[in-house]
Amino acid sequence: MTVTTSVDEGAAGELLVILRHGPHSGIALKEGLDAALVAAAFGRRVSLLFMGSGVAALMPGQGKGPLDQKGTLPTLDMLEMYDIDRCYADSASLEALDMSADALVIDVTAVDSGGVAQLMACHSLVMTF
Amino acid sequence: MRYAILLLGAPYSSQAAHSALRFAQAVIARGHRLEAVFFYADGVHNAASLATPPQDEPQIVDGWVDLQRDHDVRLEVCIAAALRRGIIDAAEAARHGKDGHSLAPPFTLTGLGQLIDLGVDCDRLITFGA
Repeated sequence: MTVTTSVDEGAAGELLVILRHGPHSGIALKEGLDAALVAAAFGRRVSLLFMGSGVAALMPGQGKGPLDQKGTLPTLDMLEMYDIDRCYADSASLEALDMSADALVIDVTAVDSGGVAQLMACHSLVMTF
Repeated sequence: MRYAILLLGAPYSSQAAHSALRFAQAVIARGHRLEAVFFYADGVHNAASLATPPQDEPQIVDGWVDLQRDHDVRLEVCIAAALRRGIIDAAEAARHGKDGHSLAPPFTLTGLGQLIDLGVDCDRLITFGA
């Protein structure tokens, strides 16, 4: 897994949406993704940062939740259609769940804490869910 | 400076709403303009007209209504988040065949696009309760 310390700020979006909740524990991840999709539909350049439990959204092989939750995997599949292709994951959060950035459901750039700070600094608008 | 607030927490069950209300009052006291508070996720419960907290506890819903009345702060509630949580205005209640409605005026139901516009238009968008 390659971890990036320095983010290409020129390629950054206008809005950074930070997702910190897992896919089946509640609706927070879905509502955060919805905000990102609406922003993209309104023509804003959106970046996503998965942190904490939020990186679990990137785990391959997810089904629906056992309690009938729809899950978020179908939404992640749609990101490309919305031109959301700047996706990042906090490397420490991935490691904590024994996940590798090389085997996830979408392409993400793994960033360390310096990269996370830089992402927050180089986006004019940050929304945390 | 022009501010907006994004509130994600329900009153009483989290600190977010209480902190957001005090922040809103502080922003205005410092002479800034607070354009709107956007209620999303569990934050939509702040707009519950039927909320009846004990009299000796903070009156959070009234606090938002006072802000709107005294300082013309728009109170915007995400319609998708609100409807799934039972916060519904008269028009939506009629449309969905519900007996009553529960959105306190002057809160208004609106779309997520409004949140994005606020974030872009205002100098600062402050999130409470993630």
